[in-house]
Amino acid sequence: MANPRSWLEPAVVAGSLAPFVLLGVRALGGTLGADPVAELLNQLGLVTLVFLVASLACTPLKILLGWKWPIAVRRTLGLFAFFSALAHFLVYLVLDRELALGAVVADVTERPFVTVGFAALVVLVPLAVTSTKRALQRLGPRRWRWLHRLAYVAGVLGVVHFFIRVKKDTTEPLVYGAVLGLLFAVRLGDAVQKQLRQRAARRRTLS
Amino acid sequence: MKLRPKEPPSSELTPEKLYLRRREWLKQAGLFVGASAVWGGSLVALMNRGAADPPDVEVPVGPDPLAGRARAEPPADFDTDEPRTPFEKVTTHNNYYELGLRKTDPARHAGSLRTRPWTLEVGGELARPRRLDLDEVLGWFALEERVYRMRCVEAWSMVIPWLGFPLGALVKRLEPTSRARYVELTTLMDPEQLPGQRDDVLPWPYVEALRMDEAMHPLTLLAVGLYGRALPGQNGAPLRLVVPWKYGFKGVKSIVRLRLVEEWPRTTWNEAAPDEYGFYANVNPAVDHPRWSQASERRIGESGRRPTLPFIGYAEHVAGLYADLDLRRHF
Repeated sequence: MANPRSWLEPAVVAGSLAPFVLLGVRALGGTLGADPVAELLNQLGLVTLVFLVASLACTPLKILLGWKWPIAVRRTLGLFAFFSALAHFLVYLVLDRELALGAVVADVTERPFVTVGFAALVVLVPLAVTSTKRALQRLGPRRWRWLHRLAYVAGVLGVVHFFIRVKKDTTEPLVYGAVLGLLFAVRLGDAVQKQLRQRAARRRTLS
Repeated sequence: MKLRPKEPPSSELTPEKLYLRRREWLKQAGLFVGASAVWGGSLVALMNRGAADPPDVEVPVGPDPLAGRARAEPPADFDTDEPRTPFEKVTTHNNYYELGLRKTDPARHAGSLRTRPWTLEVGGELARPRRLDLDEVLGWFALEERVYRMRCVEAWSMVIPWLGFPLGALVKRLEPTSRARYVELTTLMDPEQLPGQRDDVLPWPYVEALRMDEAMHPLTLLAVGLYGRALPGQNGAPLRLVVPWKYGFKGVKSIVRLRLVEEWPRTTWNEAAPDEYGFYANVNPAVDHPRWSQASERRIGESGRRPTLPFIGYAEHVAGLYADLDLRRHF
């Protein structure tokens, strides 16, 4: 029998397309609300953060519960995070700023919340580019892992971008920040444990 | 002897291997559909959290609390002839945190607001502090339709045909004492009617204030209606402030108290974030919000952006009020 979970990745791809289909249907039906551009920006931004957090949850799930299947969909989720971030930026660039590059440059350099959001997108680019098996082989697993820890940096930048964009309704960005912090704590705990185990093993071989 | 039905020839039997593969295929298809529905559904649920499709606005019909009230012609040079923002956009895109934080929340939750009977308490530096019935106050003035631009501090704008009377006319009638320097207006405090007040995003109740000369300016309006009918709850029924040359947050909604005071009053957004929301809050493309630019705005219902005008186009009427003020410092 082939891969017992061959349905999993296609299912994640199909499910991940749902937000884009929904936004497309709402755009065509004119039900994006009074400020459709703002609605598109808000929803694509939110979905980016969800994809990013989901992709960063894969390894902690494996550490905590021993599940292997999340690792199989980690790359797909990460790529969806990148594509929705790109869509978010393109809506801003084309629909909001109407390609007025001067205004965009001013925003990126002068408005902290745009700067942070743009930085998050820039950080995601090398991760998307090196998401193939070939890139993994070319970089070597060690360097590849180091590079892909940038996903946490993108996550933090995304939460900060969300947090400083809202006025006083900070609950939602704080929730995403807390989840991200929890996932990072699991990784950190795991790394510390590994270190201790290695040191103990070394001591044993020495004595 | 019973006849047994004839067995199909062996050539027509499904090979066991294929039969098993079909079952496997069906199982996998089921898992695929289930998993994609769960993941896709979760994503959509997160997106819709309180803000799915815009709510249907009930186009108001039937008797209107303002029916039969006297109407007056507004001063001609105040109106804009820019296209009016459609009724359903004006009534489904609101910042009224007391009815929910998202733009579409107030339209969904406005049903809890009871706008009659409505008492307006007037006090402070005026001849006779007292409690007034709103309908009595409405009897004092003829209502004017004023088509004003409205610019939100979040860099979007609308054009709204308000119905109301000048705040200055009411203040004058209340006979201010010589010590009155500011007009302070307060929103209803009642978490039953305004459930957002259970959430402490801002210090409730909402308070806004104007300098006396701003309050007396003929552009400054107390609105009781829009598009010719009584205000919907989400727009601040039954009585709200409209100061067209200032950012929308100055327009305190569902007003229950008017006080004339000598000391500079604390106002809600200014108190919550003084470096972001000034007391004056005059629309000014040259003074950015610390987190975003105020140089341009998105007119609701239009695509793209338009440049923001100083005082959003009312400079000829009001710039003189601030002749001796550094508007960068007093934003």
